[in-house]
Amino acid sequence: MSSHVSSIREPLVFGNKSYHNITEDLVGPTEKTPGKLWMAMFILAIGVLAMGVYAVTYTIYYGIGAWNLNRTIGWGWDITNFVWWIGIGHAGTLISAILLLFRQRWRTGVNRAAEAMTIFAVMCAAMFPLIHVGRAWDVFFFFPYPNTRGPLWPNFVSPLLWDVFAISTYFTISVLFWYTGLVPDFATIRDRAKGWRKKMYSALSFGWKGSAKNWQRFESVSLVLAGLATPLVLSVHTIVSFDFATSVIPGWHTTIFPPYFVAGAVFSGFAMVLTLMLITRKILHLEDYITVNHIESMNKIILVTGSIVGVAYITELAIAWYSGYVYEQFAFLNRAKGIYWWSYFGMMFNNVVIPQLFWFKKIRVSVAWTFFLSILVNVGMWFERFVIISTSIARDYLPSAWSYYIPTGIEIMIYIGTFGLFFTLFLGFTRVAPVVAIAEVKSILKDYGDQYLEKKQENI
Amino acid sequence: MKTKKNVLYGLYDDEQDLLKAVKASNERGLKIMDVYSPFPIHGLDPLLGLKESRLHIAGFIFGLTGSLTAFLFMSWIYKIDWPNVFGGKPYWPVPAFIPITFELTVLFSGVGMVITYFIINGLSMKTETEVLHDRISDDKFCLAYDVTGTAGEHAGTLESFLKETGASFVSTKEMSDL
Repeated sequence: MSSHVSSIREPLVFGNKSYHNITEDLVGPTEKTPGKLWMAMFILAIGVLAMGVYAVTYTIYYGIGAWNLNRTIGWGWDITNFVWWIGIGHAGTLISAILLLFRQRWRTGVNRAAEAMTIFAVMCAAMFPLIHVGRAWDVFFFFPYPNTRGPLWPNFVSPLLWDVFAISTYFTISVLFWYTGLVPDFATIRDRAKGWRKKMYSALSFGWKGSAKNWQRFESVSLVLAGLATPLVLSVHTIVSFDFATSVIPGWHTTIFPPYFVAGAVFSGFAMVLTLMLITRKILHLEDYITVNHIESMNKIILVTGSIVGVAYITELAIAWYSGYVYEQFAFLNRAKGIYWWSYFGMMFNNVVIPQLFWFKKIRVSVAWTFFLSILVNVGMWFERFVIISTSIARDYLPSAWSYYIPTGIEIMIYIGTFGLFFTLFLGFTRVAPVVAIAEVKSILKDYGDQYLEKKQENI
Repeated sequence: MKTKKNVLYGLYDDEQDLLKAVKASNERGLKIMDVYSPFPIHGLDPLLGLKESRLHIAGFIFGLTGSLTAFLFMSWIYKIDWPNVFGGKPYWPVPAFIPITFELTVLFSGVGMVITYFIINGLSMKTETEVLHDRISDDKFCLAYDVTGTAGEHAGTLESFLKETGASFVSTKEMSDL
């Protein structure tokens, strides 16, 4: 194996680690009492979550009238947040599946946390379609079950129903992929634990032994799941974009949407992974495992996908002009110069200009810059969704129906509440499971550990 | 009823030492029971004579089941259970079935394969944990021999073999025979 790796590769594990050191460092956080910083963040997250629960309960109780949507603008912050969170949920599977197929070893340092992030982000996203139907208790009508109304089936040719299938499949496969990878690591924790923790991790690790055949099947199932998840992750945002692209609303009715949405999803997903990993590596002291090389690799992906998104924006404008269709042309002009110009500016600045800063190596390897820019990218991607969804419908075919929309306090609270949910789950996860895949890091140690690479370089 | 077996095992500190030991063991014709490690060791499977896993075939069959389920179900609805007629023509919108057919293919294949994986590995929440040594999931590489009912001499040979090939720890343990 080691012969396939160039000796001038940058190390991915620092600190002259042995296999045992890796176990100690990565299992450590699940064994110790949490630090003050973690406790403070967890309490804050729970508080924000409680606010979100209040706002969602209020919405379900009083109905969608609790929001500021009107007859013209039927989709506002709800669907904006949905698309935004789903986009964020793309990075995990991209890192673990596509990078596994491309044999990118740096994924081992970040894949576990990114997959967890995916699952939690999809949970946040899935909440919005559920509550935006108004009668959340009737949401099971989405599914084709034999009912007493005919049976009357859902509309299988509607992208909204495809979405139901895409997102539930994506969630299920992500959870399975994540858990399959966690089983051997839970076994590592189990073999060190005592008392009730031993019992808990015995159950969680499914009695994993680590025999040769176990590992062979593990690799086989990981590879096939990666192969399945790769087209799946591309399909999910494609289908989300169909929600818009198959309509006849100017600004939505665009064939460029599927690739453009997928690139945007990867873009925002990686930004969120970076935001989260930079915090995690600080709190859990994982600087040796989530290294500057990992950060730089992810920044490169942000640069590429950010540029794709930028090109897509410009293409969209050019095609609107070239179409000769006045409504389409107006929709795009209105985005830049209309009442929502500020969101268009936020989108263009944060998504097109900001990622170009990553051409500079100094910025790519700087933790502070990366943290700051990754947040700007997320803000920009939120604006992008808002621009596409709300500004397109705020100014439709009939000027008498034109409208303006600002969210109510409840809508804002729901959005902020999703962060509470997201961080509560993520912080909980850092206590229960190793945030870096232990077995996978061990398997690349001899190729990418700093001490081994140094030795190789001496031999050149 | 589970029967018990005696297992003699040695722990190695490095996967390369273990690979060498497995090779040496094969040369001497000693029958290895199993190898346990904290992560997959490349090049080990052929030495142990393990055939390639057939899990991906299971995945394919599950996937095919998913495609057929989705496609035939939707076709049944549109053709037989609730036929629509638009413009005097029957309605069977096959291209619009593609997304859901694809999603269910992936869903069935993934779920089916993971369940199969857990079943054939004998893994479940109720599986009693039975490991030879606590450090195997940490940093030790374990080579194990079944010494049930064999003469003490045989065990002695194995023990000295394990020590010769660099095992840092050698011991025996009773395990249930699965």
